[in-house]
Amino acid sequence: MEVGNYLYLAMILFAIGATTVMLRRSAIIAFMGVELMLNAANLAFVTFARIHGDLSGQVIAFFVMVVAAAEVVVGLAIIVAIFRTRKSASVDDVNLLKG
Amino acid sequence: MMTSTGEAVLFWVLAPAMVLGALGLVFARKAVYAALSMIFVMVCLAMVYVMQQAEFLGIVQVVVYTGAVMMLFVFVLMLVGVDASTSAVETIKGQRWIGILMGVGLGTLLVTVTARAALPETVGLDEANSETNPAGLARVLMSDFVLDLEIVATLLVTAALAALVLTHRRRLTPKIGQPERAAARMLAGDHPVNLPAPGVYARHNAMDVPALDPEGNPIEASVSRVLRIRGQEHSLDTDVTTLVATRDAAELTGDHGTDTAAERGGQNDDTDAATTEGEA
Repeated sequence: MEVGNYLYLAMILFAIGATTVMLRRSAIIAFMGVELMLNAANLAFVTFARIHGDLSGQVIAFFVMVVAAAEVVVGLAIIVAIFRTRKSASVDDVNLLKG
Repeated sequence: MMTSTGEAVLFWVLAPAMVLGALGLVFARKAVYAALSMIFVMVCLAMVYVMQQAEFLGIVQVVVYTGAVMMLFVFVLMLVGVDASTSAVETIKGQRWIGILMGVGLGTLLVTVTARAALPETVGLDEANSETNPAGLARVLMSDFVLDLEIVATLLVTAALAALVLTHRRRLTPKIGQPERAAARMLAGDHPVNLPAPGVYARHNAMDVPALDPEGNPIEASVSRVLRIRGQEHSLDTDVTTLVATRDAAELTGDHGTDTAAERGGQNDDTDAATTEGEA
């Protein structure tokens, strides 16, 4: 098996994550799609670190994880705040600015 | 570079399972199922990391992603309501098909690019991981990326503060505590203290007989409201010989015979009951 197979897996997972963001109307599930995309990028980073024999790729993947954790905290706080005021977690119901 | 057979077997077991789990995210009806399939994908990813000589990242993946991030997701699902389903009505017409088309297109594009890319010969991490993977990682992290590390620390603190600020609920009305409740009760003119307990007569063992005030008059409020509404309340005049009436009768006649004493057995007051027994 070639090491490049990991890259194919990462690309497929990224595409599925993007599809989730585009298709699902629940804000929480769309958010999980974003997490899947970040994870796929991490897998590509780790694979490239192995291909090049350089640990920088793994360090970047580590940073991606930290940033993803911070992003999840803020994103979920926003979802909870919107749910409190609008009684809905659907991305379609956030249309206050609609003309 | 060809990988070992063991790694190939593990990859071909994990990769289809991960793709299926990720597809579960797209098609799951309930948000909890989506969260669970996401956790599955992340645990599989951790195994893939360990397989790719990134042991530290594998552990961090389990601790941070499945342990913290996905638990946070599950908690928010619980807050928002597990059964909160979104409407099936499409706001943008044909959004589903456009989305599927774009997703498949993106996947095809990415896979094609990867297939056409000329990857260099795989070096492998045996040399970089010579003093174990975490040690090598720490050497890179604390030398080349030390500024990034500081910035990320700031980012984490900011994110924690942001979560506090965003979920903070401002109090629009003053807090109602015990003093305020007491004052409101006095203002409303209700009974400021407990209602009197109903009279306990030996003959009736009675929740349904009103207590007597110091002047011997019945206190209606001492009988439970439910009994009063049902009409199960006993009035003092007809059903129960009152303390006052008995005592008056005894004083008038001067008779301390057994009849009166028996009647006095039904008094609501301990001291009087004791004297009655003494007289008997």
